[in-house]
Amino acid sequence: MESIGVLLACPMNSYLEQQLDKRFKLYRFWTVPDKSSFLASHKDSIQAVVGNAAAGADAELIEALPKLEIVASFSVGLDKIDLTKCKEKGIRVTNTPDVLTEDVADLAIGLMLAVLRKLCESDRYVRSGKWKRGDYVLTTKFTGKKVGIIGLGRIGMAIAKRAEAFSCPISYYSRTEKPEIKYKYYPSVVELAAHCDILVVACPLTKETHHIINREVINAMGPKGVLINIGRGPHVDEPELVSALVERRLGGAGLDVFENEPYVPEELFGLDNVVLLPHVGSGTVETRQAMADLVIGNLEAHFQKKPLLTPVV
Amino acid sequence: MAAEDQSQASQSDLPYVLILKPPASFLLFGDHFFDSPNFQYLKAYESPLPLPHFLHTHAQSIQALLSSGGAPVTADTIRLLPRLGLVVTTSQGLNHIDLSECRRRGIAVAGAGTIFSADCADSVVGLLIDVLRKVSASNRYVKQGLWSSQGTYPLGYKLGGKRVGIVGLGSIGTEVAKRLEAFGCSISYNSRSKKPLVPYTFYPNVVELAANCDALIVCCALTDETHHLISKEVLSALGKDGVIINIARGPIIDEKELVRCLVKGEIRGAGLDVFEHEPDVPVELFALDNVVMSPHSAVFTRESFDDLCKLVVGNLEAFFSNEPLLTPVALDDLPHFSGRKD
Repeated sequence: MESIGVLLACPMNSYLEQQLDKRFKLYRFWTVPDKSSFLASHKDSIQAVVGNAAAGADAELIEALPKLEIVASFSVGLDKIDLTKCKEKGIRVTNTPDVLTEDVADLAIGLMLAVLRKLCESDRYVRSGKWKRGDYVLTTKFTGKKVGIIGLGRIGMAIAKRAEAFSCPISYYSRTEKPEIKYKYYPSVVELAAHCDILVVACPLTKETHHIINREVINAMGPKGVLINIGRGPHVDEPELVSALVERRLGGAGLDVFENEPYVPEELFGLDNVVLLPHVGSGTVETRQAMADLVIGNLEAHFQKKPLLTPVV
Repeated sequence: MAAEDQSQASQSDLPYVLILKPPASFLLFGDHFFDSPNFQYLKAYESPLPLPHFLHTHAQSIQALLSSGGAPVTADTIRLLPRLGLVVTTSQGLNHIDLSECRRRGIAVAGAGTIFSADCADSVVGLLIDVLRKVSASNRYVKQGLWSSQGTYPLGYKLGGKRVGIVGLGSIGTEVAKRLEAFGCSISYNSRSKKPLVPYTFYPNVVELAANCDALIVCCALTDETHHLISKEVLSALGKDGVIINIARGPIIDEKELVRCLVKGEIRGAGLDVFEHEPDVPVELFALDNVVMSPHSAVFTRESFDDLCKLVVGNLEAFFSNEPLLTPVALDDLPHFSGRKD
C-alpha cells in the first residue's frame, strides 16, 4: 500500500503520522508552500484524506481530488467534511466514535465540578500564598444539581450516567423524544435551559445546531445557570456568551471548544467563574492512540476491500 | 427600657453553649449563624480573661461546647468543665477532640454525620479529573494566551478503567466509590476492618492497596494509627503511573516524602485539599503542573453550610430538651484519638 497517496490535513498526532508514513505515501498538507499547485500536481496520486476537528474535506478539496476514495476523520465530529458531496461521489467517510466517548463525558463532568467548585481558582489561590491571609470563598455544591443535556447520543448518555451518580436529575433536548429513555424531555432548548442548573452541549454540529446556544437560551439559563460546551465552538453564539458572562447575566461556563480555535476571547481570561480548555475532550494518551488505530484500521480495511470499521458514509 | 429588661431576664434563663474560638462559619456569615431562641453562646474568645480563668468563672453554667477544627477540646479543657454534657463539632474530622476523655466523663459528642460526604466526594472526583486531564494546568495555559501562541497542550490520562484504591471506606469513601464506578473505575479499599456487604476488593494493608491501584484516595480519619500512613513505602508501591488524592487530613501523608516523589516524578500527580501545616504549603509544589491544590475547602459550599447550621442548632436544641441527638458519635469503638490538633 506504500504507493497509495494519503493527504494529512493538519498535524494531529505523531503516532498516527508515523503509522501513516510507514504504510502509505504520506503528504503533509500544512508543509506544502502552495496548496492549489500542490493539489493540481498531485491530484491523481491522492486516494485518501485524513482530517480532524480542525480540518477535513470540504467541497473544494473533494473536487480537487478526482481519485479520492475515502475520508477518515481523527474525530467523531463530521462538521468539517462535506458529507453530501462525499455521498454524491461515492467517497467513503469514517470517524472515531465510541473510543472517545468516555473521555469526553469525563471532561464534561470535570468542567462542571471545576466551575461550580472553583477548583482552578482555588488552586490559584493556594499558589498565590493568599491562604495565609484567609479562607477562600464558598462555592456551589454539584451533587443534586439539575443537568440538562442537548443531544442524547453516545456522549450525552455517558454524561447522564455519570451525573446520575451525583444524584443529579437529568433532562434533555433532542431532535425527537426518546420514549425508552427515563429522563425528562423538553421540546425546545429554551425550555430545557429554563429548567436546569447546568446545560451541556453534546450534539453534533450541523446547520440546524449552529448557534443553538443563543441570547434567548442564555437569558433562560439566568444568572445562576452554568453552560458546559464539549461539542463544537459554533454551537454557541460566542459574542453573546462573552457579554453574558462579563455582565454576570450567566452564572458560569466550562468551555472546551471555541468558534475560532485556538483564539479564545480574552475578556474571559479574568473571570473566576469560567474554565477554558484547549479542545482536549479526547486528549488522553490512551484515547488518541485508540483513535489513531481506528483511522489506520479503516484505511487498511478500505484498501484491502474489507468492511470498514466505523463507516459514516 | 422595660422591653430590654424583660429580654435580659429571659436571656439569663437560657442555657449556655461555650465557644472557645470562632468557627469558620462566623467569619463567613457573622456570629449569629448558629443562633437559637433556646440557648445562648458564651464566647471565650471575646473575654480579656485567660482561658483557664474564664472557664473557672463560668464552669457551673456550661453544659455544652461548640467546637470546630481550629479549636481543640483537650482533656485539660474538659477537666475545667464539670457540668459539660455535650461537645458539638462543626467539622467532619474528630481528631481535635479528646474522645477518650469524653467517653470517660460520659460527655456526648455530636458530629457532622454525613452532611459533608457528598461535597467531599465531589471534591475527590473533581481533583482526580483535574490531575489526570490537566484541567487547572491547561486552563492556566489558555488564560495566559499560550494556546494561540504555543500550540496544543500535552495529553492527559484517561480516567475510565483506572483502578481506584480508597483508604477508609466510611461515608465519604462510599460516596467516592459510587461516583467513580459510574466513570468505569474499579474500586478497591483498605479500612480498619473488611466490610462484609461491600462489593469492592479489600486489601489488608495500604501498601498492597497502593501497589494494586492507579489512583489512591485518602478518606480516613486522622488518628494515632493513621499518622503518616501514606509513607515512602506506600508512595513507592503506588508508582510512577499513580496519582494520590487527599481530602482527609494533611498528617495522614508523609508530606516531605510526597513532595520529594512529586518533584522527582516518582508518582504521576496529586490532588491535595489538606496539608501538614496549613495554611503553609510546600513551595516546591507551586512549580508543578501535575499537582492541584485547594485550601481545605472540600466542604466549603453554601449548601453544606446551610445544612451545618440546621444540624448544629438541631443537636444543641435536642440536647437541651433531653431528646436524642441527631448525629451522635459512637464513643465505644474508638481508634486512638489523643486530641492532638492537626
